[in-house]
Amino acid sequence: MSASSVATAEQYDYEIIKKFAVMAIVWAVVGMFVGVYIASQLAWPFLNFDNPYITFGRIRPIHTGAVIFGFGGSALFATSYYVVQRTCQARLFAPALATFTFWGWQAVIVLAALSYMFGFSQGREYAEMEWPIDLLILVVWVAYMAVFVGTLMNRKQPHIYVANWFYLSFILVTAVLHTFNNLAVPIDLFSMKSYSLFSGAQDAMTQWWYGHNAVGFFLTAAFLGMMYYFVPKHAGRPIYSYRLSIVHFWALSFMYMWVGTHHLHWTALPDWASTLGATFSIMLLLPSWGGMINGIMTLSGAWDKLRTDPIMRFMIVALSFYGMSTFEGPLMSLKDVNALSHYTDWTVGHVHSGALGWVAMISFGSLYHMIPRLWNTEMYSVRLINVHFWLATIGLLLYITAMWISGISQGLMWRAFDDFGNLQYSFVESVAAMHPFYVMRAIGGMFYLTGMALMAYNVFMTIRQGVRAAATRTAVATA
Amino acid sequence: MFKNFKHEKIETNAGLLLVLTMMAISVAGLVEIAPLFFLKNTVEQVDGVRPYTPLEQRGRDIYIREGCYTCHSQMIRPFRDEQLRYGHYSLAAESKYDHPFQWGSKRTGPDLARVGGKYSNEWHVQHMIDPKSVVPESVMPRYPWLLETRLDVSDLTQRLRALRRVGVPYSDNEEEYRRNVEQFGEDVARTLHIPDALKNLLAQAQEHNYDGDRSSVSEMDALIAYLQVLGTMVDFSKINPEDLVKYR
Repeated sequence: MSASSVATAEQYDYEIIKKFAVMAIVWAVVGMFVGVYIASQLAWPFLNFDNPYITFGRIRPIHTGAVIFGFGGSALFATSYYVVQRTCQARLFAPALATFTFWGWQAVIVLAALSYMFGFSQGREYAEMEWPIDLLILVVWVAYMAVFVGTLMNRKQPHIYVANWFYLSFILVTAVLHTFNNLAVPIDLFSMKSYSLFSGAQDAMTQWWYGHNAVGFFLTAAFLGMMYYFVPKHAGRPIYSYRLSIVHFWALSFMYMWVGTHHLHWTALPDWASTLGATFSIMLLLPSWGGMINGIMTLSGAWDKLRTDPIMRFMIVALSFYGMSTFEGPLMSLKDVNALSHYTDWTVGHVHSGALGWVAMISFGSLYHMIPRLWNTEMYSVRLINVHFWLATIGLLLYITAMWISGISQGLMWRAFDDFGNLQYSFVESVAAMHPFYVMRAIGGMFYLTGMALMAYNVFMTIRQGVRAAATRTAVATA
Repeated sequence: MFKNFKHEKIETNAGLLLVLTMMAISVAGLVEIAPLFFLKNTVEQVDGVRPYTPLEQRGRDIYIREGCYTCHSQMIRPFRDEQLRYGHYSLAAESKYDHPFQWGSKRTGPDLARVGGKYSNEWHVQHMIDPKSVVPESVMPRYPWLLETRLDVSDLTQRLRALRRVGVPYSDNEEEYRRNVEQFGEDVARTLHIPDALKNLLAQAQEHNYDGDRSSVSEMDALIAYLQVLGTMVDFSKINPEDLVKYR
C-alpha cells in the first residue's frame, strides 16, 4: 500500500493540486458567507450599516466572484490538474507555470474583492473586474492553457479521456469570452477606471454572450469534466455510454454558445437575436439530459452505494439538479415564461439551483473523493460528510423554494390590474411582500454555509491526519 | 465522406480536438453577435438622444461604482403593465452612448430607465440619505456619504477623452465641435466640448443645485443629475409608433 502510494506521489505532481483544493474550500466558505450576508441585507437592510465598503451593491460581486472564480475556479484547477495527469499518465507540463497559475489566480480573487469594496467596477455582471485585473486573468489563463495542453501532448495513453475534452473546451471558451467581453479603454494608464469599447445593444449582447457562457462552460462544461472522471471512478464502473458522451460533448459545445440572448428577451436587442437564443435554449435540453442520463446510469448496478456512501449521494443529487436546472432553463427561455420570470427572484433561484445544486455538490463529491487520495489517508469523518450532505440539501431546497415563490409572486404582482384597468399594486408593495421569502432564503443559505463549514473542518482534520501519518512513516523508514 | 470516419481520430489527436472545438464554439458568435455591429436596423434613428453632460457622466460613474445595477434595471419592456408603471418601452437608441450598458437583470427595486423628472431633486436627496423616510417599506441601503463627499473632478477630461475614444461624440477640437453643433444644436454641443468640461460641470451644478448646497459639488449632485436625465431625451409625443415597430 505505502509503496504504491509513494510511487503515485512521484508519478504525479500533487503539490499544486493540494494548494488549489485547500483554496477551493477557503473560497467556498468566504463566498458563501458573503452570500448569506447579502441575502440578510435584503431581509434586514440595517446590515448595510451606512458603510460604503459593505453596501449590497459593492459586495454582491464579491459573493459572485468568490464562489464562481474563487471556489469554482480553484476546484476546477485542482480537479483538472488531477484528472489530466491521471488519465494521461503524465506529470504536469511546466510545473513552474502551474505554480504561477495558483498564485496568479488567488491574487485575482483577492484583488477583485478589494477593488469592488473600493468602488472599482466595470458594471458588467460576473465581469466586474477592472482592466488591470482582467489582464492578470488573461496571463494566468494562457499559462493554464499551456500547462493543460502541454500535459495532454505528453500523454502516455493514445486516447484523450472524455473528461479532458470538457476541461479543454472550458479553457478555450473562457479565454475567448473573457477577452471579448472585457474590451475597454482605460482613462489613464495609472487609473483602474475604464470604459467598455461597446455600448448599448451591442454591449448588452456581448455581456450576456459572456454571462451565459460563463454559466455554460465555466459552471457546466468544466464541471461535467469533473463528473466524467469522478462519478465513474468513485462508483468503480465505466461511463454508461461512450457514444452518448461524444454526442453530449459536441452538441453542448456547439449549442451553448447561442443561448445568451435569452437574457435579453423583450429588450431593445433585435427580436431575431433573442429568438435564436431561445430556440437553441430549447434544443440544449437534449444534450444536457443526455449527459445527465449518462452520469446517473453509470451507477446502474451499484445503486446500493447510495445507502452507504454520502459522497456518491452528493454526486447523484448534483446530477439530479443538473437535470432539473437544465429543464428549468429552457422553460424560462420561452418568451412568455420569460416575460413573467425576468427581473424577478425566480432567476436568482434558478441560478442557485444550478450553482448550489449542481456545481457545488459535484465539487463536494469530487473533493471528498480526491482529498484523501492526495494526502494518502482516509476522510477524517464519513459521518460529517453525511451531515454536510443533509444540511446542503435542506438549505438548497429552502433557498430555491423561497425564490420560486417570491419570483412568481413578484412577476404576478407587477402585471396585476384592478377592475378599472389600473395597476393593482405599487412597486413597493411587491418589495414588502417579499420580506418573508428573503428571510427564508437567508436561512436556507445559513444551512448551506454551516454544511460548508463542517466540510472545511472535516478536510482540515483529514489533512492533519494525513500529514502526521506521513511523518510517522518517514520516521519509521529512517529508523 | 463520413463513412469511414471514427471519432477515435479526434480523441487521439490533441491538436485536432482543439481546432474542432474552437470551430464548434465560434459559429454562434459570428452569426449572432457580429451582425449587430453592421445591421442598420439594430439601433433606431430618433432625435434627442445625446451624450451625457460632464456632470451626468460623473453621476453615471457613481451609479456603476455603487453597483446600482445589481438591483435596478434600465430597460422597460413593451408590456401594458410596464408602460403604465414606467412609461414607453426603452429604445436601443436611448442607450447608444452608454459605455457600458446598464440594462440590468434584476428588479429588487423599480426600473430606472425613465426615472428622470418623476421626482424632485429634494425627494432624491432625502431618498438617498434615508430611503425609508420617503418609502417606508424600502430595502434599499442608505447612501449618506454621497452628500458628504465632494465630487472628484481631477480626471474629468481623461474620462471624457476615454469615452470619446470608444466612440461617444465629445468634441476635443473646433472641427468636432462644429460637427456636434450640426448634429445636436449649439446648446448641447457646448456641453460636450471637452476643453470646457469642468466649467460646464460647475455651471450645471450651480444652475440646478441638485443637492441643495451651492457651495460645493458633491457626489449627490452628480448622481441626481444623472438620474434626472434618464429616459427624458426622446420626446415620444413627436414619434409615430409605427416608425419604431419596424426595428423590433
